[in-house]
Amino acid sequence: MDEKIRHILEILENDARASPDEIAALTDMTAQEVSQAIAKLEETGVIRHYKTIIDWDLVGENYVYAVIELKVTLERNQGYQVIAERIYKFPEVRSVRLLSGDYDISLTVRGRSMKDVAFFVAEKIATLDQVQNTATHFVLKTYKEDGVILHEPEAIKRLPVSL
Amino acid sequence: MRPPCDPSKFVAEIIKNVPPSGIRRFFDLVSGLEDVISLGVGEPDFITPWHIREMCIHSLEKGQTSYTSNYGLPELRDELSRTYYRRYGLDYDPASEILVTTGVSEAIDIALRAVVNPGDEVIVVQPAYVAYVPAVVLAGGKPVIVSTHRDDEFRLTAEVLKPAITSKTRAIVLNFPNNPTGAIMIREDLEDIADLVAEHDLFVISDEVYECLTYEGKHIPFSSLEGMKERTVMLNGFSKAYAMTGLRLGFAMGAPEIIRSMMMIHQYSMLCAPITAQIGALEALRNGNDEMERMVREYDRRRHFVVRGFNRIGLDCFTPKGAFYAFPYVGATGLSSGEFSERLLNEKRVVAIPGDVFGEAGEGFLRCAYAASMDDLKKAINRMGEFVDGL
Repeated sequence: MDEKIRHILEILENDARASPDEIAALTDMTAQEVSQAIAKLEETGVIRHYKTIIDWDLVGENYVYAVIELKVTLERNQGYQVIAERIYKFPEVRSVRLLSGDYDISLTVRGRSMKDVAFFVAEKIATLDQVQNTATHFVLKTYKEDGVILHEPEAIKRLPVSL
Repeated sequence: MRPPCDPSKFVAEIIKNVPPSGIRRFFDLVSGLEDVISLGVGEPDFITPWHIREMCIHSLEKGQTSYTSNYGLPELRDELSRTYYRRYGLDYDPASEILVTTGVSEAIDIALRAVVNPGDEVIVVQPAYVAYVPAVVLAGGKPVIVSTHRDDEFRLTAEVLKPAITSKTRAIVLNFPNNPTGAIMIREDLEDIADLVAEHDLFVISDEVYECLTYEGKHIPFSSLEGMKERTVMLNGFSKAYAMTGLRLGFAMGAPEIIRSMMMIHQYSMLCAPITAQIGALEALRNGNDEMERMVREYDRRRHFVVRGFNRIGLDCFTPKGAFYAFPYVGATGLSSGEFSERLLNEKRVVAIPGDVFGEAGEGFLRCAYAASMDDLKKAINRMGEFVDGL
């Protein structure tokens, strides 16, 4: 990978709102070069999406999250893709992953209450033909989300001058 | 009644001969000020990577708190030997050619004491880290200053080195990548210097602590030059590359005779480097490469940002290729480095170190460490722009 492209991706991965001007100053490029490079990265699907990590609790929106593990049986001529597609189309489902180990698929579900989530799993997921059984784990607290630590303790202070 | 005593008379003459540090006054100026942004810090703004800290904690839990070999943990020396063979094809015997020290600072001191006889001249290339001249004086040597210049992007050339060499010259202290200029050397100049070193039968103390912070091209250890390994002691450490400053861990690599002599001093003054830091250093070498490279890429981006920023606000700044310092020229404002940084601090609350602290050759320049958060760097450059506009 080109070093400049790596820099651009690392900057955006950390801050999706970094402007072409800002990125240009960090990479010794012109803003136009940066815009072109980003356009190409978007076009080729390297950059999938820009999103924001929000602490909904702070605005009183107390979402409930749960991790659901599924064991599934595959039907003839059907891979995991088919069941994954059925599941990820529900907007309540935030992520879907195929796993190695005891369970096959792990999903994250968001709802407005535990009852909400429990009913969603019972009615929409557990009832799918391919699903053998489910295990629901409610999230009690999120400490780190996609590389971002949500409540970091105060930074250590350095001496203001050292040689 | 016994007579009163003035303790100052017990201070040794050699200490009185050590030049005062130009930075002391600056410390006092900064303390007590609010909302100060500091570009005056010679250490990473990253915390030591967690896997290294975690390994140190684990070792403490296990009770690894004893002395180590005077030379340092054998596993650490083995790993250092392998690392430098892998990086540069350098072949240092872990049993006799590597000494683990309490930071590079200690290594500078004992390297000089191990090779300097009273009255020997030691060439110090400036602008340079502030410890070299005092360390030469304390070792009983006579510092001879050679200055590098902006036109050479502060690289040392054989041309400026040659006139400083006399029959009394014993050694040269090199520091590339350089604190405070961010300069790195190129092979052509290094080869010319190696020729001079061989011709005049000199020894080289090469402080390469910023080795891993080389952004363009590849670092060239002085000892890797043909015929230079026996004449060189390479000093290096973990502070800058792995953000481990306060853990105080460095090392020296050189000929067995030199390393043994350094160990003679080290064993009686330090005994050994702290074991917790040595364990952390071993972990850094074994598993720290990804984190180190991540930090280096981050510095690299900030480097571009500050150089462009300084040039935009009218402070001429060449692009440093190593360390984490930019060295903009402020002489065009009509102020000296000292006046500029003092007024900048008082009027705009930004700390940058006046270049003359690092030797006369630094006059007119300012050392700005870009090992600071992007928010601070943005604010600092904006404030410096306002300051320059207001002059």
